[in-house]
Amino acid sequence: MTPTASSTASSTSSHAVFDDVVRSDSSLRRFLHGLPGVDQVGCEARAAGLATRSIKTTSKAYAIDLAIRMVDLTTLEGQDTHGKVRALASKAMRPDPADPTCPATAAVCVYPDMVATAKQTLGDSGVNVAAVATAFPSGRAAMDIKLADTRDAVEAGADEIDMVIDRGAFLSGRYLDVFEEIAQVREACGDAHLKVIFETGELQTYDNVRRASWLAMMAGGHFIKTSTGKVQPAATLPVTLIMLEAVRDFREQTGQMVGVKPAGGIKTTKDAIKYLVMVNEICGDDWLDPDWFRFGASTLLNDLLMQRTKMTTGRYSGPDYFTLD
Amino acid sequence: MFEYAPAPESRAIVDIKPSYGLFINGEFVDGNGTSFKTVNPATEEVLAEVAEASDVDVDEAVKAARRAYTRVWSRMSGAERAKYLYRIARIIQERGRELAVLESIDNGKPIKESRDVDVPIVAAHFFYYAGWADKLKYSGYGETPLGVAGQVIPWNFPLLMLAWKIAPALACGNTVVLKPAETTPLTALLFAEICQQADLPPGVVNIVTGAGDTGRSIVSHPDVDKVAFTGSTEVGKAIARAVAGSDKKVTLELGGKAANIVFDDAPLDQAVEGIVNGIFFNQGHVCCAGSRLLVQESVADEVMSRLKRRMATLRVGDPLDKNTDVGAINSAEQLAKIRELSAIGESEGAERWSAPCDLPANGYWFAPTVFTGVSQAHRIAREEIFGPVLSVLTFRTPSEAVEKANNTPFGLSAGVWTDKGSRILSMANRLRAGVVWANTFNKFDPTSPFGGYKESGYGREGGRHGLEAYLRNTEKGADA
Repeated sequence: MTPTASSTASSTSSHAVFDDVVRSDSSLRRFLHGLPGVDQVGCEARAAGLATRSIKTTSKAYAIDLAIRMVDLTTLEGQDTHGKVRALASKAMRPDPADPTCPATAAVCVYPDMVATAKQTLGDSGVNVAAVATAFPSGRAAMDIKLADTRDAVEAGADEIDMVIDRGAFLSGRYLDVFEEIAQVREACGDAHLKVIFETGELQTYDNVRRASWLAMMAGGHFIKTSTGKVQPAATLPVTLIMLEAVRDFREQTGQMVGVKPAGGIKTTKDAIKYLVMVNEICGDDWLDPDWFRFGASTLLNDLLMQRTKMTTGRYSGPDYFTLD
Repeated sequence: MFEYAPAPESRAIVDIKPSYGLFINGEFVDGNGTSFKTVNPATEEVLAEVAEASDVDVDEAVKAARRAYTRVWSRMSGAERAKYLYRIARIIQERGRELAVLESIDNGKPIKESRDVDVPIVAAHFFYYAGWADKLKYSGYGETPLGVAGQVIPWNFPLLMLAWKIAPALACGNTVVLKPAETTPLTALLFAEICQQADLPPGVVNIVTGAGDTGRSIVSHPDVDKVAFTGSTEVGKAIARAVAGSDKKVTLELGGKAANIVFDDAPLDQAVEGIVNGIFFNQGHVCCAGSRLLVQESVADEVMSRLKRRMATLRVGDPLDKNTDVGAINSAEQLAKIRELSAIGESEGAERWSAPCDLPANGYWFAPTVFTGVSQAHRIAREEIFGPVLSVLTFRTPSEAVEKANNTPFGLSAGVWTDKGSRILSMANRLRAGVVWANTFNKFDPTSPFGGYKESGYGREGGRHGLEAYLRNTEKGADA
């Protein structure tokens, strides 16, 4: 499945069925532009329709716990310190210190230089360390630097790498460059799982999102991810809908599952539940698992905790009853 | 498993009385006919006893409408009429949840549709035509009302069809006698209360309940100037016969067998949504439903597999549950008709597939169903089923799609799915249907005219065009 030679990985996809597709820039372009188009109005209407689902009582409790387990608790700031990361990692393991039944989050997501600190705190808790790499968030660096960035994070103990694609290359139609980039980073990841960030706010059209999704899946990404959180708009329901349709169709064709991670702008339990409804109705049960769906978020977690406490005690408590990080 | 817990909308907001009279001259009065029961189609529970209007009652209603027309409504300035229409529109919005819940209880449609589609468009219609009331001289159809309008509406969109009929009639200065369908009278009677609440002058709106006899009595009444009917082609023909030779003006909005045409370059996921919306919206009880899917052969298999996968996620059940997508069939009679035509589809050799879903034990239910391998010769490709049953045909070229789409006695609506703008325009020109939707389906707006070709009826409702049916064009060159 994984290409063997690192720098020549470009000529083969991670799925043999696509070898012809990725043989040349023109064949790849033909394939990506041959995918069914997306009607913007219809896509947004479908997402808005699913967002009207009313999730109450037992189903809400289920959704909240699942959402907590899917959170990639994130801090990606210039002002991050080891202290901040340690605090965040502690919170990821025990989001609600007052309630031992509260599940842990899926991962903490940090810059590569914070990976070791996060790993040290998390130990064998089962909470993964995800690192953004490849000159996050712009991706504007030479390829060898991106690969070094990736290897550095993996060596420091990252379980997951969140890379950014070269949006400039994508928008100028150099799809094969993007494909090669993803394949090489995947190679550099070794055993770490690779999430491929599109920065959908820069790709702008749903057609582009669908093409980027297929490109990333063919290149061997384990997850496709909407945004860095540094560009507006970040994750939206319709963009995530397109990506969910893509992973669903990809499995239909290859038998292989790819995960989806909306990131940025998901702040409330209500929002998170809308996403889970969409996962449920577009992809089905198989994707309702932290292995296949994640939320890239920071403030979302506390709202989930407040709603969770409300569900179990019947009372709302203020933000001061939940830890900041 | 992410199971959605029941999320029922509360019934507490509606107050269903044990019995209802007729609304004549601003008051509820007893009827002289034999009262009948209206039931909740989702449970078969009897909701209320409803009066039947006899010929005498209809005559009273027409007299009340005539008095209100001559003494009050036709003399009132357009701006004053508009105030009443705006007031009605606002009350509809204020009581929107009550209307939506009652509509779902009496009709069987899911609350998400009555709440998000029916009631908002009802209010929008009154707002829209209120705006025309003082601007009729710019309508192009003159500004002289016709008089008393006799209006007979169907059970599929009880309140929405009422709005389509009453709003333009009143805006133009006419008064009305309206008969709701016998299986869905309750929201029309609640609308009568809203007329009282809005202080609408007595007799401007009269609501008489009953079945076919009451309808006949209205359309053949000699003092009715205008007949407006929405319903089956069969009844429409009978009405056309009944008014032939009289000087009544008539508009008929009848059945359909719309083609929803999917080309190979269509946005497939959205097309599948459009197919689902086209035929399963309102349980397929939609005259303009996209009941014939014409799909290009090169993508037929892919579209069918996507469609079936999508159909399997439709949530069929309690209309008041906020997560229900497909509700109950409106009546036992309609259910029998859907079953009969579906059985004929099978016996004629089409392949039947129904979405796997648990149907409630009581009430009238029919699983979303699709027939493949249908040919133009099959009855399920020609007759209106008026239920959640889709017939799928294939085509090879745009011309073949047009030929098949037009090869029907009906012509109410059509849908075209393609990424190619020029193809949309050329298809729209060649399809003989009153409405052609492009990359969407079942979109309604008060500003847009709606109506049919051929056996789908004549006249237009909605938009500026909808005023024509309620005005006497006295301008030079127009027929007086």
